[in-house]
Amino acid sequence: MDKDINIKVRVWRQQGPKAKGHFETYKLENISGGTSFLEMLDILNEQLIREKQEPVVFDNDCREGICGMCSLYINGHPHGPDNLITTCQLHIRHFKDGETITVEPWRSAAFPVVRDLMVDRHAFDKIIQAGGYINVNTGGVPDANAIPISKLDADEAMDAASCIGCGACVAACKNGSAMLFVSAKVSQLALLPQGKIEAKARAKAMVKRMDELGFGNCTNTRACELECPKGVSISNIARLNRSFLGAKLSD
Amino acid sequence: MTKLEAKIPQGPLADKWTNYKDHQKLVNPANKRRLDVIVVGTGLAGASAAASLGELGFNVLNFCIQDSPRRAHSIAALGGINAAKNYQNDGDSVYRLFYDTIKGGDYRAREANVYRLAEVSNSIIDQCVAQGVPFAREYGGLLDNRSFGGAQVSRTFYAKGQTGQQLLLGAYSALSRQVEKGSVKLFTRYEMLDLVVIEGRARGIIARNLVTGKIERFAAHAVVIGSGGYGNAFFLSTNAMNSNGSAAMQCYRKGALFANPAFAQIHPTCIPVHGEFQSKLTLMSESLRNDGRIWVPKKLEDAKAIQAGTLKPTAIPEEDRDYYLERRYPAFGNLVPRDVASRAAKERCDAGFGVNNTGLAVYLDFSAAIQRLGLKTVEARYGNLFQMYEKITDENPYETPMMIFPAIHYTMGGLWVDYELQTTVQGCFAIGEANFSDHGANRLGASALMQGLADGYFVLPYTIQNYLSDQIGVPRFSVERPEFEAAEKEIENKISKLMSIKGTRSVDTFHKALGHIMWNNVGMARTKESLEAALKEIQALKKEFWADVFIPGEPNTLNIELEKALRVADFFDIGELMALDGVNRNESCGGHFREEYQTPEGEALRDDEHYAYASCWKFEGEDKTPELVKEPLVYEFVERQQRNYKS
Repeated sequence: MDKDINIKVRVWRQQGPKAKGHFETYKLENISGGTSFLEMLDILNEQLIREKQEPVVFDNDCREGICGMCSLYINGHPHGPDNLITTCQLHIRHFKDGETITVEPWRSAAFPVVRDLMVDRHAFDKIIQAGGYINVNTGGVPDANAIPISKLDADEAMDAASCIGCGACVAACKNGSAMLFVSAKVSQLALLPQGKIEAKARAKAMVKRMDELGFGNCTNTRACELECPKGVSISNIARLNRSFLGAKLSD
Repeated sequence: MTKLEAKIPQGPLADKWTNYKDHQKLVNPANKRRLDVIVVGTGLAGASAAASLGELGFNVLNFCIQDSPRRAHSIAALGGINAAKNYQNDGDSVYRLFYDTIKGGDYRAREANVYRLAEVSNSIIDQCVAQGVPFAREYGGLLDNRSFGGAQVSRTFYAKGQTGQQLLLGAYSALSRQVEKGSVKLFTRYEMLDLVVIEGRARGIIARNLVTGKIERFAAHAVVIGSGGYGNAFFLSTNAMNSNGSAAMQCYRKGALFANPAFAQIHPTCIPVHGEFQSKLTLMSESLRNDGRIWVPKKLEDAKAIQAGTLKPTAIPEEDRDYYLERRYPAFGNLVPRDVASRAAKERCDAGFGVNNTGLAVYLDFSAAIQRLGLKTVEARYGNLFQMYEKITDENPYETPMMIFPAIHYTMGGLWVDYELQTTVQGCFAIGEANFSDHGANRLGASALMQGLADGYFVLPYTIQNYLSDQIGVPRFSVERPEFEAAEKEIENKISKLMSIKGTRSVDTFHKALGHIMWNNVGMARTKESLEAALKEIQALKKEFWADVFIPGEPNTLNIELEKALRVADFFDIGELMALDGVNRNESCGGHFREEYQTPEGEALRDDEHYAYASCWKFEGEDKTPELVKEPLVYEFVERQQRNYKS
């Protein structure tokens, strides 16, 4: 059975993108181990509202690890200390009684803070808009089974496609690079016959947009792969580099 | 008296949609550029509609409350999407998918709509594959299928346990392509707060920029609502935290009828409630019922020992387990529809055989599947779900059976729409879960994704043109018109009223209280008394809310408590509508189970003579009882029967 513990949370508070931020420390008592991390923040907010203070702002929505809305840098790790989960799937049982937990927003030049722990990840949408798709209109497409696809390719494409666009890779990277995010989409589509046709142009367009948006370069530290809640592999980055070089060479 | 015209095309069932398309009016490309369409929501329905309308050449303004269109709650759908491809050669057809859906909905859906849904289902799969959706495949390279509840064929396409995610990302990529081309303009972190009606037609919306708090006006020739369902009226549900029914309620208050609000789906396989502080319930995909067997102890003393924590489920021998779904429904077994499975779980738990320390859970056991298929196969099929379960409960489902319990999941009711998906407000359309059209009183698994994409890709892009074709001469509206002015003023008044209450309780405490009322009185089993009690309790709670809620901060900036307060204010009205509709419907059907109306075996007892209609509610003013308008559901092609999943 889960035990109740007392904790302190050291939370980053920042009124707006240009405001100066600071840490505030709050005490929370009798939090059950089965409480999710975000439910703990709900309890904190309930406490703050009762004291007529403004609640801590943080992004969240599905609370089952798939929408990619929740973020948070917890004790120095994107999505906290556990592996292969998002913050909403992290539970208090991973922390010790009396522990002080430090909670920060994603920190990256490309993801400015909106308020407190909420950041602006529009840059990811803009990268996808540059070419993260196959150019087909609705209707007029062939039968779904017209082109067989090897199960291995389909499975590998699925693994790359499992990216939830949360931004943990960028937050984990000392260079603030979005290469894992970009390469996951490039790989997914390049692995499928439908997406192969535009693979080179896609890689070029997406990398170009990524560079324009202020993301850093990849120096193969593998921090992104380690912190990715969906276990997206850096072999995708190698694939992207190959496509990108190929595209540049054929220019 | 309001009269509803469903505009169902003439002709045999299988020809209706073709006939419609052959004779509807279209808009030529040059004129499309002059027409603006607002789409609210970026889920499967909203994103696919916005993308498809953009491709056609309309100017689309697309709104969502999240930071990106890719976050919409369609993303959380796990198991799959149905289509009548019959790739498995197991006897499937468009007619059979239509029939299963009509029957699954307990004969409370419109025949013509459901047939069209089944008809376009195949195109959806083709479209998604063309977009690069990585559906699961066989070694031969062709698409794989699995089974879902309420069907005897394998027609469900899936992408691991993340089908909704992959389909949404497909629609999101199509949408992103149009954004790049400039045909769709995105408004993220914007929340619709009112529908603007000019001379009887929907002409725009008022929305709040959630980052700046600024109230803004947007005009268009038509407004499409794809804002999802209202299940969060129950507070604890499988919906996302921010899912809400407010956009639909705004349309309702502006004259759109709200149909079948009582039809809400309780999903049988969710992780049980574990504490007071819980914020949401997590769904375990229905696909698990393909291989998992549901049971509770046969002996009351075993159940008691498990509840007390002195007995482990693995210690209960085979002969002392009650696989109650297999026992009660031999033909469909663990794959009965959701409403049937949920009620059966409740029946066992009410009788004292429930497990978990609360007695409010049943087992979903994979030991037989692991023996039959091997650990590896089970892991390949359900690995991500098992991992999700273990992270939440700290128990390993490969070793001990999962514990599950029903939870509110989906709402079949919604804005009334005609065959063209148009509400009773001209120019206001509703798609996906936000409308009421296709699932009757109960939705089958893997059909929500199908309907969302059917509406967005293949239905609305046709039907909306029939409306817009006579709007080509209508110039763009100025947002300075008095109708916009008045709507904005009304919103500002509502917000300042909320902010000025400065009471003692948080919004969440009210939302939770509402959730308790809903679950206890308007949940899995309802009675006339419980529903009437709910109406009284909701009214009292609503009064208290407007007198004692406390919202910190300022309205003209980012304010998460204000966002929640505006949504909860609408949930009270939705709760009332659900209860009111439940009281009116003196029968049991699908997700609406009135304890007074059941067969001797405890199955839902419909009353086709008196209730074979969609109950549509017309707003008559704040705190006034809405008018009930009936749309008779005439069945020309299918004979209504008592649903039978036994033989």
